[in-house]
Parts: sequence; C-alpha cells; structure tokens
Amino acid sequence: MLGATSAIAQAAARIWAERGEELLLVGRDPQKLEAVAADLRTRGGTVETVVHDLDRDQAGLVGRVGAPDVVLLAQGVFGDASRRDRDPEYAESILRTNLISPVRLLTLLAPALPPGSCIAALSSVAGDRGRARVGVYGASKAGLDSFLSALRQRLQGSGVRVLALKPGFVDTPMTASLPKTPLFASAAQVGRGIVRAVDMGRDAVVYLPWWWRLIMLAVKALPEGVFKRLKF
Amino acid sequence: MTESWGRYPQARHAAEVRLNWRAGLTLPVVGPMLPYGQGRSYGDSCLNDGGKLLRTAGLDRFISFDAESGSLRCEAGVTLGEILRLLVPRGFFVPVVPGTKHVSVGGAIANDIHGKNHHRAGSFGAHVRKLELLRSDGEAQELGPDDQLFQATVGGLGLTGLITWAEIALRRIPVAAVRMEAIPFAGMDEFLSLSEESDAEFEYTVAWVDVLSRLQRGVFFRGDHAAGAIHAPRGQAAVPLDVPAVNALTVRVFNAAYYAAQKLAGRSRLQHWDPFFFPLDGVAHWNRLYGRRGLLQFQCVVPTPEALRALLSEAPPSPLTVLKRFGPARSPGMLSFPRPGFTFALDLPNRGEETFAQLARLEALAMEAGGAIYPAKDARMSAETFARSFPRLGEFSAHLDPAFSSSFWRRVHR
Repeated sequence: MLGATSAIAQAAARIWAERGEELLLVGRDPQKLEAVAADLRTRGGTVETVVHDLDRDQAGLVGRVGAPDVVLLAQGVFGDASRRDRDPEYAESILRTNLISPVRLLTLLAPALPPGSCIAALSSVAGDRGRARVGVYGASKAGLDSFLSALRQRLQGSGVRVLALKPGFVDTPMTASLPKTPLFASAAQVGRGIVRAVDMGRDAVVYLPWWWRLIMLAVKALPEGVFKRLKF
Repeated sequence: MTESWGRYPQARHAAEVRLNWRAGLTLPVVGPMLPYGQGRSYGDSCLNDGGKLLRTAGLDRFISFDAESGSLRCEAGVTLGEILRLLVPRGFFVPVVPGTKHVSVGGAIANDIHGKNHHRAGSFGAHVRKLELLRSDGEAQELGPDDQLFQATVGGLGLTGLITWAEIALRRIPVAAVRMEAIPFAGMDEFLSLSEESDAEFEYTVAWVDVLSRLQRGVFFRGDHAAGAIHAPRGQAAVPLDVPAVNALTVRVFNAAYYAAQKLAGRSRLQHWDPFFFPLDGVAHWNRLYGRRGLLQFQCVVPTPEALRALLSEAPPSPLTVLKRFGPARSPGMLSFPRPGFTFALDLPNRGEETFAQLARLEALAMEAGGAIYPAKDARMSAETFARSFPRLGEFSAHLDPAFSSSFWRRVHR
C-alpha cells in the first residue's frame, strides 16, 4: 500500500486486514503510519511498515517491496487552489507526487510482479476533463490515466492486471475544504469498491461509485464551446 | 447543518474542525470549542451555537486489543458498532451499550451512558480503565479512575477537554445470540415485581409501556447472552426524508400493534444481539418521522416507585415510553446520571409550547421526588433543575477546560 495513510487506502486496508491478509504499508510520516498499522493489526492483519517519501528514491523502495499480489497506489495531493494556479513550483510538486512518482514506481515495479498480481492505482474523475476548479490536479490524474491505460495494454498476456480507480467526490481530509453535497461518497464506501474490483479480477477503469461513469460520459460529451463557460 | 439527534434546537457553528490524526493534534487557538462524535445526543449537549465543533469521526482507529484480558484501546471516534462488528466474532461484547450502536467511545464516556444491564454492570465509565485528555493549553494527560480529572471527564459532557483515546474492558460472551423473553404486563405493580424478579436472574432488563392504555400495559424484556446458532438480520430500512408521522392517532395504532406483535412473537425466543440491543438502528434516520421541527426526549431517574407512578400518570402519549430499574452501582463521574431508582424515558414530537408545558410538568415531578434529568436527552431543563440533579456540580466546575463550552452548558450554568 503506497500512500497508506490516505483515507481511501485505509478504508480498503481495513477490509483486507479483517480478512487476515499480510500488508506492507509505505508512507512518509512515521507516526501516522504507525497509527494505521496498529489499527490494521488490531483488525487481524499482519502488518509491516516502511517509512519512505514516495517522491524520492523509488528504486530503493522497490527493492524493499518484494513481489506483492496487489499493489495499491494511493499517494496523492489535491493542493491549495489559489497556489496551484499561480505558483509553478507548487504546480510541479503536485505533478511529481500524483504523476511522476507513480510512473517511476510502476515502471520499476511492473516487471517484478508475478502473474496473477494486480496494480490498483487511485486516479480520479478529475482526470476525465480539465476543469478550472481542479487545475493541475486534473492534469496529473489525466496523465496517470493515460499511463495506466498504456501499462494495461503492455501487460496483457503477462497475467498482471492494471486497475485505474476513479472515485468522484469522497469525504476525506483531502477534500476538507470543499462544501459537502449529496454527490460525496464516504471513504469506507470507496474502499469497499476497491476491494470488490480487485476481488472480481477486473482489468479496467473502475468508477467509484459506478454512476460517476455516466456523469463523466455526459461531461466529456459537452462541446468545448459550452464547457468552457461552465462554472462547476 | 450539523444537528443533534432530536434536531432541536438548531445551532450555527463558527467552524467545524475535522480531527483525523492523534499525531500532531492541535486544538484551535480560540474557543469556545466542543468535541462532537456521532451527534446522537438528543438536545443541545453536543452543540455549540456560535462556537466551534471538534469533529472526532476521523479519529476512528483501533490501537490494541488484548484477547487475554479483553482490554481494548482505541481512538475516541471509534463507534460501539464498529467495536461489536469486529469483536463479537472473537467472543467479546461491549460491557455497556445504549439503545443505539452508532455512538462514539468519546461520547459514551462524556455522557457516562447506561444500558439494559445497569443493575449488573453499572454505567459505561465503570469499564474505562484509562483515557487520554487533551486540554486547550496543549497538555495531553493520561488519566485513570483514581484521577479527579478522570472523574470529571466521565459524564463531563465534553467540557473538560478532548478525549483522544480510551481503554475499555470488554466482556466475554459465548456467541452472538441473546436468549430473550418478552413478558406482557399490566400496571406498575406487575412492572415492579417483574423488575425485582428479573434483575436478580438476567443481565439485561427493560420495559416498554403504553401510557395510552388504561391498564398501563406494557412489555417487559429480559435477556442474557446465550449459546445457539443465529443469523444476523439482513437489510436495513431508512426514512429518506422528513415525514411528520408521529401524532396521537399513529401512536395509538403503533402502541396497540407493537403490544400485539410482542405477545404474538412468543414469550421466549433466541435473537441476534443486534436487534435485541438496537431495535431502532434497523431504521436509519428514524428521527425524521418526527418531522422538521424535531423531537424532544425526556429522561429522568426517580428514587421511588411512587414517583414513577406519578410520572406515568402525567405522561403524554409517546411511541417510546421506556422504564428500567437502575441498580445500586455508584457511577464514576461527578456528573454521571445513573443512580439507584427508576429511570423513565419518552419521545415527543416538538409541538412548541404544548410540548414544553408537558415536559415542565414531568420535570417538576422528578424534582419533587429528588430525581435527576439526563443531559444527553435534554433540550430544555432549567439551570435550577440541573443544579439539583447534580449535587457535585461545584466540584466538577473546577475541572472545566476554559476554552470548552456547549449550548447546553451556557443554558444550564450560571
């Protein structure tokens, strides 16, 4: 579990822990990582932790990960809207965390994964079409989607599946600043969706909850002349 | 908008701070602030109009569980339902559970809640071995039952600081079933003798009464954890929107139907723990049945059967009138509600002045009898009633955190 302290990763990990799975948690903050590990151990999981900044030394990390059955890639930052649009260094740091680091990690990990294993990466509906409200965050997820699609094709026949998980609005610390609408799902709900997609052996793009696929189809179908005037 | 379970009164909060991690947890610099868990208190004790709420739902991690001793340590936002879901299959139960499993551990401590086994187990606080309290000066203190600040925090309505984690002693149970008996009765004498007889033999006892029936008929429930194969109930109903469905007619119909159904279901049966302890959790958002104006709940404890009789004769019709005899256990908190005597609870739709007048009469009866009113269920008691209900109020006040307050506290404390 890369980015194991993310709320969505924790929700999925709880289900796996209660099934008694072995989990390797990777994250940057040792105290938060330990809090998550203690929770998962109490729930029945066998848990190890690796404190590692996923934006750095991906090769060093991959050496310590071994060959897991499932890789959940969950690191990501949403970023502060006003800074995102004005500060190029900040915009680049979002691209690094959400796109460049996952690309580096998966490029190194993919050849090491045994047949039957699964890469499940958290993308977002925000990657489907660029919107002013999400800015470079959407761009990072669009890039990730494209990379995952290519990887899925490349790994066909190798027995390694590539899941692109695309949640809509999820009520987590990442979205704390957004006003809550009925479109929001809970992290627990999205976590269940992730585990179900992995269990079902899917090798595709999965919207969570599923009806976001319909919403995004409509959003993508809007002519640019209309879309550019929208405020959502 | 953030509400309490009764949805009355409404409050506007200056900010709602979502707490997610114990590591590096800092409280807002400016109060007044109040911890808010699941919002299952009925009145205004979980609200802080004009102030800030510290939302603890994100502090929902287990920390450790020792299956030898049954000792569970978890963050304050973990719900009792989550504990039960995880640990009932391993043969453990929460020692004291209220009428809903959707309450947080922090809330259970702050209200020193009680359950159907009060006569055996006492209140929730009696099973808390340790807790950590974060004060607004930034100091985190680990407290045990012998500490004064612990005794102020148990039942302390969230006013002494933020509980970040707690250690609870769970109890061992054989399996997930409850052998329960539902015994129809008529009149207070029958209730009293059933209480007397059952409290000696059964872990869990509670009674439902239909105050509309001339005989004051009711159903006495008693049960014990038992061996036996039993399946969890499937599916859940929900009330999707405000439907003001509780009125004199529907209460009459509901009460008659409920009584008949319990009689029909048979006296003794094996039941899954979930519907036995938490029948109302089967209908999500049932509070919406009381309409947009919400409901007022009233719960008091009185020392004598005579006082209980007086309350029942004054009780307005309610679909949920509940009686229980509290045992002799001494509650650990300075502001703990449970004490020896009889507790009486009912729900009323909020019809403004009429409802408030009915509740004022019940309040007066409880006070005449030397009883107490339960803050977690209250939206209207007077400051005088609060002071008379809790004789250790002065002692408690010394432990208040200066940056913590609530709508309830500002209403009842002068």
